[in-house]
Amino acid sequence: MVVSLRKLAVNQKGCIRAVTANGEMGRRIRDMGLVPGTQIMVVGRAPLVDPVALRMRGFTLSLRNAEADYITVEAL
Amino acid sequence: MGTTIRVAVSGQPNCGKSTMFNAITGGSARVGNYPGITVDRLEGLYRQNGYDIHLVDLPGTYSLTSYSLEELVARNVIVDEHPDVVINMIDATALERSLYLAVQFMEIGAPMVLGLNMMDEVKRNGVTIDVQKLSQLLGVPVIPCVARMGQGREELMQAVAAAYKEGGGTWKPIRLSYGPELDPVIERMTRIIEEDGFLTSRHDPRWVAIKYLEADEQVMAEGRAAGATAERLEAICKEAEIHTRQHCAATPDAIIADWRYGFINGLLKQGVVTGGDELRRTSSDSIDRIVTHKVFGPVIMLAVLWFMFQITFTIGAYPQSWVKAGFEWLAGLGTTYLPEGNLQSLIVSGMIGGVGSVLGFTPLICIMFAMLVFLEDLGYMARVAYMMDRVLRIFGLHGMSVMPLIMSGGIPGGCAVPGVMSARTLRSPRERLATILTAPFMVCGAKTTAYLMLVAAFFPDNPTQAMFFVVLAAWGFVLIVSRLLRWTVIKGESTPFVMEIPPYRLPTLRGVATHTLERVWQYVKKAGTVILAVSILMWAIMTFPKLSAETVAGFDAKRLEAVEQIKAANPEASQEELTALTEDATKAIDDQQNEEALKNSVGGRMSAFVRPVTDLAGFPWQANVALLGGFAAKEVFVSTMATAYSMGAVDPEQSDSLSERLAADPAWSLPAILSVFTFMLLYTPCMVTVVAIARETNWKWAAFSVFGSMTFAFIMAAAVYRLAGLFA
Repeated sequence: MVVSLRKLAVNQKGCIRAVTANGEMGRRIRDMGLVPGTQIMVVGRAPLVDPVALRMRGFTLSLRNAEADYITVEAL
Repeated sequence: MGTTIRVAVSGQPNCGKSTMFNAITGGSARVGNYPGITVDRLEGLYRQNGYDIHLVDLPGTYSLTSYSLEELVARNVIVDEHPDVVINMIDATALERSLYLAVQFMEIGAPMVLGLNMMDEVKRNGVTIDVQKLSQLLGVPVIPCVARMGQGREELMQAVAAAYKEGGGTWKPIRLSYGPELDPVIERMTRIIEEDGFLTSRHDPRWVAIKYLEADEQVMAEGRAAGATAERLEAICKEAEIHTRQHCAATPDAIIADWRYGFINGLLKQGVVTGGDELRRTSSDSIDRIVTHKVFGPVIMLAVLWFMFQITFTIGAYPQSWVKAGFEWLAGLGTTYLPEGNLQSLIVSGMIGGVGSVLGFTPLICIMFAMLVFLEDLGYMARVAYMMDRVLRIFGLHGMSVMPLIMSGGIPGGCAVPGVMSARTLRSPRERLATILTAPFMVCGAKTTAYLMLVAAFFPDNPTQAMFFVVLAAWGFVLIVSRLLRWTVIKGESTPFVMEIPPYRLPTLRGVATHTLERVWQYVKKAGTVILAVSILMWAIMTFPKLSAETVAGFDAKRLEAVEQIKAANPEASQEELTALTEDATKAIDDQQNEEALKNSVGGRMSAFVRPVTDLAGFPWQANVALLGGFAAKEVFVSTMATAYSMGAVDPEQSDSLSERLAADPAWSLPAILSVFTFMLLYTPCMVTVVAIARETNWKWAAFSVFGSMTFAFIMAAAVYRLAGLFA
């Protein structure tokens, strides 16, 4: 099932299919290793549900839902 | 003297780069500045077998492509200074991502030594890394390290020396493939660049081509200045973008990142890493389940802040009183041994008093910093930023703004100078600027003393509530003003919040001590220079011109008369009793004279001059002078008020009697009190902060901060005065 990263629940795993962000945001997202093929798991959400914390490539990354919208994942 | 090897130490944030740097250089590191920019530069020396290894600590950066100040510095030092060897520290627990930077260094061609840090954690996680294989595949020496324990330090330095001996500091860029879509384009661009000798004096041609495809603004701007080839290259890039969008639905920079990660991935899959699970939950996760919990998270955060506040003030009170006592002793020495007159007054009141009042806060700042550095190194501040981001974003700030705001006095007792400096951690220019411009509204240590005095005077029944309200108001103003700024002068979209949440790591004592002392030293240095100068200036403003000889003679006569009267009234009193009685009587006259002198001085006249305006906000005249002095350093407010209320030199700590006097003065009506409270909170940051703002941004923004805050503060104060007047 291919969905936006925003839709992933805590503890759910996924594999990145596409990153549609451009410019500075796209660059930052990719610099951190969010490129197609990367396995991720949602490990938590901040008290106000946004930002979201992801485990990937052996470390934890947090990003806002607004940025998660640019990332589509295949839920596992 | 041996051969000197120039080495740059680089790495991604939180990789233990600075820990290793400190372990290598020991105490020899010193802070400098990168030319033309204000990011600090740490340099140190390591001697080994006839080699002088000269190290520069680069700011942490995830990639060489991004644009924050620190990332640019990291790249420019490599490109411009061409170090002989680059040490790239790597967090081995996040090997894949960490190698992303390493690969980019290899693309530039910098001779590199990889320091594979945190190998102990890797082992604990049940992962094996074949160091030999990694080194072989990458073609660079790889040294396993545990920076916290100083392990691998010597091996790293040996590898640096060996790399230098072998390569002699020459650069050999590697050629990575970027796939069938981009490789031909890069080929074509490289040829053009080579033929035209375009930027080749500084860069490798292929690297320039790649930077153009990545749309690297800095290199493209450089290119435009260098010649017409730039236009051809930009045209090719546009073409390539259209092509890749059609064929792979992606932009060239995305494809480049994909292939870089693909290269790393392929490398690691060749038996370099075995075991472990990248998505495994860690012990940090279990801690975070509570620490960033929906309910407990914010509660814990508040508790931590409250504890910091408590510790700072309870423990800090002791060394603070020692420093104060030390300066009083100095002042006493000055009074005893210097002849009475202008020189004594300048040294005792102007220099020792002014600098002493500022240095008195050093212990508080030291303790608070130590705790903040500890929390930062522990990884807790990243959690705070993560939890607060949603709230701060509403006001146009960033999760990472929390730290500078707290440090500036979000919990009373901070200082805007380090607060403004710590805003560097913000990677987003707009949020950073908004944070820097509003942070000085917070209740810094200097304002705290002033408020404590005022609160004691006017709200003696519930001082805690009054202080609490002041702090709340400060946060409110910071948030509202930053929202206003982000709607007007710092317009623009919010910057993405893509932040690593590092695992909890217990900081080393040494690391905390080094960082704390660094920052405290910067503060002390400022107190020694800027504040000394301003103290002298303020002293002069409040001392000259002196009262005319006749006026002084008049006061002398009054005093004499008073003494005579007392003698006549108490003919039987002993000498001691007489002295006590006359002291009381002459004190009142002294006070009067001091007040007269202050009114007569330049400061007093300036106060009278601005009166027509400040009357709109209802300031008593003494507050005028004091607020004027507060521009130099907010600490001056208390001491000036003391002088203005004719009490001569008064220790700001002993403000009780001053508070009583204030309470007795009818000029301080409730509207006037609230108006001064408001103005004090919002008006112009102190001189040192203004300098810090200018250093961190530019003089234009510093000037904006000065005049903007002044205007805003005055309008708010006048509004408060008028409004309160309606209800009073």
